[in-house]
Amino acid sequence: MALLQISEPGMSAAPHQHKLAVGIDLGTTNSLVATVRSAMSTVLQDDHGHALLPSVVRYAPDGAVIVGHEAQAQQSNDPTNTISSAKRFMGRSINDITDRAHIPYRFVSASHDQNSKALQIETRAGLKSPVEISAEILKSLKIRAEKSLGGELVGAVITVPAYFDDAQRQATKDAARLAGLNVLRLLNEPTAAAVAYGLDNAAEGNFVIYDLGGGTFDVSILHLSKGVFEVLATNGDSALGGDDFDHRIYCWVLDTVRETNKEFAPLTESDTRLLLTKSRQAKEWLTENFEAQILCRLSNGILVDVTLSAEKFVEITQHLVIKTLSPTRKAMRDASLSIEDINGVVLVGGATRMPHIRRAVEDYFQQEPLTNLDPDKVVALGAAIQANILAGNKNDDELLLLDVTPLSLGLETMGGLVEKVIHRNSTLPIARAQEFTTYKDGQTAMSIHVLQGERELVSDCRSLARFTLRGIPPMAAGAARIRVTFTVDADGLLSVSAREQSTGVEARIEVKPSYGLTEDEITSMLKASFSSAEEDKKARMLAEARVSAGAIINSVNLALQADGHLISAAEQEAIQHEIKRLETITQADDATAINQAVDALNTATEAFAAARMNASVSSALSGKAINSLEV
Amino acid sequence: MSNNQADYFQLFNLPEQYAIDVKLLEANFRKIQSASHPDRFVNAPASEKLASMQQATLSNEAYGTLKNPARRAKYLLERRGIDAVADTNTALPMDFLMQQMEWREQLDDAKQAKDIESLERLYLQLRAEAKAMEANLGELFDVTKDDVAATELTRKLIFIDKVCADIQQAIEYLD
Repeated sequence: MALLQISEPGMSAAPHQHKLAVGIDLGTTNSLVATVRSAMSTVLQDDHGHALLPSVVRYAPDGAVIVGHEAQAQQSNDPTNTISSAKRFMGRSINDITDRAHIPYRFVSASHDQNSKALQIETRAGLKSPVEISAEILKSLKIRAEKSLGGELVGAVITVPAYFDDAQRQATKDAARLAGLNVLRLLNEPTAAAVAYGLDNAAEGNFVIYDLGGGTFDVSILHLSKGVFEVLATNGDSALGGDDFDHRIYCWVLDTVRETNKEFAPLTESDTRLLLTKSRQAKEWLTENFEAQILCRLSNGILVDVTLSAEKFVEITQHLVIKTLSPTRKAMRDASLSIEDINGVVLVGGATRMPHIRRAVEDYFQQEPLTNLDPDKVVALGAAIQANILAGNKNDDELLLLDVTPLSLGLETMGGLVEKVIHRNSTLPIARAQEFTTYKDGQTAMSIHVLQGERELVSDCRSLARFTLRGIPPMAAGAARIRVTFTVDADGLLSVSAREQSTGVEARIEVKPSYGLTEDEITSMLKASFSSAEEDKKARMLAEARVSAGAIINSVNLALQADGHLISAAEQEAIQHEIKRLETITQADDATAINQAVDALNTATEAFAAARMNASVSSALSGKAINSLEV
Repeated sequence: MSNNQADYFQLFNLPEQYAIDVKLLEANFRKIQSASHPDRFVNAPASEKLASMQQATLSNEAYGTLKNPARRAKYLLERRGIDAVADTNTALPMDFLMQQMEWREQLDDAKQAKDIESLERLYLQLRAEAKAMEANLGELFDVTKDDVAATELTRKLIFIDKVCADIQQAIEYLD
């Protein structure tokens, strides 16, 4: 969606006007929104002074959608219509949720689209996808921010676990679009935390961000130097978090109760939710206490009254703590660093408050972890700083984030093997091409199966998408040259295209993971959410088209003034011609025609943009770099 | 991407030779990324976004190539029209092939025995081996300018890198 900044016709917005942009930490357990105000990154609170919004969505009997504390309070009463931890299900199929027996939701495999493997949850408001549920949380934060800042947002940076795969990232971006947010960037949570921490402490050197959230674990190793945040390696487990510790307590409670109650009946959904809530409270209590009492009455009348000691808690969860160390070691190996090279370890995520997590991290890195920032807020604070820069409020040439792709990307080849095209921990953006050939004589189509993961076998990797390249001219086996190009952009999102090149015949296709929503689904969901009439929608589209036309004309004119000398007079004239055309078309009321003319102007300026890029790179390198060459 | 034609050395203002000033490479990489990264073009027209994406992608690829000793050697040879990993380029001395088989056997044995410590030891040994080769490559490329010898040594270095990657992977599976 275009940015809705509408000024009077013929007038462009004041260049130094502060644009409203936010950073959103869309968490498994809690979500937050932050913004930069008076050069300070601050978390925005709701009317009751809460910074944290529980990531809980309830579909109420009266049709209302309730988000946050109020929804959380109803979780035990209305478990199947009150969804928490939706983030765990983003970009996932029903088979990925191995512990679903212990989750009080009615999971359904999406049946509307044969190619889609995404799961849905049955609620009284109908089938809801994790994307739609997450969109409700984002909407609530958007409203909070607009109320608090007093205006419409130009955009948001949304954080995702660094170890999220392509399907999970795509799902997050879809949720933001459904919520009506313009996504400036998807930012990895540990990188966001590093920005908040690093800028606050003027940190330089190698830093480890150990981020154990409600449902995900990330570990990133960054090199910080003069405002450049370079991710050296990242690793993690996108299905490991504080929730799992709650779950261990829950299982322990059940086992303990069964010892005395042999005929303990199966739990109702309400009982499960109640016990999970009690387990979470016990976990939090044990951070500062030696024992926690779990006391509640189940629906069948049985009274649960057990006491969990801190010692026992450590015993039943130590394997989870150990589970975080393997990704940590992997990241250290990938970064080619040893413990002595680490200047600091930053703890992020509420789950890192558990004392035995802190001990384990301290033992491994042989230094006390840094905890001077609130582990719940640091991600949102960093995201807000990045959002402020991306929105153009601060021309901060000093801050640069260089992130990596967490998992290798590849294609299925003969024998069910995966050929890696892009290796994990490659700096983004990245494009890599690889050539493949046909297996049989006269083969005219090729099935391309895109996979993500580190293992050699297709069956051990995550299948992202399948598509067929057709129209290959019949040739002898091995004669065709199919060039498959993988591109991962700065959001960490993948697109794949394939092309037969030996004969010049081109067939090209862009893929979207089979767990995401299709373009049509998003459009129809957006349409349904607009209460406005058809007329209003048209007016809105026209207004948006005019805004983007005005913006591009303005920016091309400025570019021509500054750098017109980089191209020939004829090239300048061709661009001027397209500008004139767009200006004329903008007068009429045809949004489609305006958008087409915008595209035409963009195409006409491609060579100019490339020339400007070269000039800007040369000027960035001039001076010091050339001097040192002459020495 | 047809980046094969781009001159990575020129991009970073570095002389085209094996020995490089890594600090200068890093500094210039950051300068180029500061000027071209997509984060700088979030609100720019599509044509500028495209130029940014292409430039940032090229500099990432170029940086990765020049920073890694084996990839840098392979790239230098490519610039001279020599494909170090071509199928026709199979000549490697017998003693190196024997040595390589020995490393592979050690790797397999340690894998079978699930012996991470041995794997780590073998890894360090190979890295030391590679380090010595890199010093020699500088001599062959920049001083004696012996492309034939440089090609052979580059092939050895690529083999060692491959074994190292396999060791890393074995450690990862066992860990």
